[in-house]
Amino acid sequence: MADGERKKLTVKDLEALREKAREATSLREGGARAKVTVHMGTCGIASGARDIMRAVLEEMEAKRPKDVIVTTSGCAGLCSREPMATVEILDKPPVKYVDLTEEKMRRIFDEHVLQGRIVNEYALAVGSETTH
Amino acid sequence: MEELSLHVLDIAQNSILAHAARIVIRVEEDPENDRLTIDIEDDGAGMKEEEVRWALDPFSTSRPGKRVGLGLPLFGEAARSAGGGFEVRSRLGRGTTVRAWFVYSHPDRQPLGRMTDTLLALIASRPDVDLRYEHVRPDGEFILDTSDLKRELGDRPITDPEILSALRRALNAALE
Repeated sequence: MADGERKKLTVKDLEALREKAREATSLREGGARAKVTVHMGTCGIASGARDIMRAVLEEMEAKRPKDVIVTTSGCAGLCSREPMATVEILDKPPVKYVDLTEEKMRRIFDEHVLQGRIVNEYALAVGSETTH
Repeated sequence: MEELSLHVLDIAQNSILAHAARIVIRVEEDPENDRLTIDIEDDGAGMKEEEVRWALDPFSTSRPGKRVGLGLPLFGEAARSAGGGFEVRSRLGRGTTVRAWFVYSHPDRQPLGRMTDTLLALIASRPDVDLRYEHVRPDGEFILDTSDLKRELGDRPITDPEILSALRRALNAALE
């Protein structure tokens, strides 16, 4: 902003920006086939979500898929089951995984994210998910 | 949280939820004055005074469209337990700065912990947000600014696993 210029950012402006950002991280816009969302609310972080994220990033580095997006979302309101992550494959309903450990996350990455097979024993529910 | 870097990650999530385009994290280790200071500054939506009070109140309920939780009160408590203090300054439409300071040598002061993991988690999951990290120690200052990095990378995304891996190694080397 130039000196003397005051731009008041309205809530509407922010909503519009958020929608734009959301599109860019959507599967279609991002040109991706799969999206992994690690829940990064306070409860998640306290339970080990950062380690889950690190496991995902290490798998990304080891396997180098070209069509996978990794992102975070806020608290999902299910704090007793944290850490959690949601896997969304293009044109399929998202799957929420709960009570995660690094080991479980790596298995989910290999089987679900890369091979498209839901790991039912770690899944909570199949439903919708939004990143903020 | 066992590490202060986990609090930093948590507070930075607030910034992301507030639609920040840029987050500045500053850590200052000053053992000579027995003080540790952590600042997390964003250019997001900011809050009105009453919203700041809501955010600091651990018993406040979340309202539709507003994000309140335990993160700020927990961080504040961590600072107070270590003989320090805590301050949230915010301006609606301009952004928020969270500042926590600690008595460096206090037995209850948590370690900074794995800041690299915190920074990588933020950079990898939110490539659209610019992150500047400044770490001041008696032996010098370390600065990482992802906006500079992105400019240098050009078309190559910062989320490229090879880039993230190199970044991890560089951060580990600098911050150990």
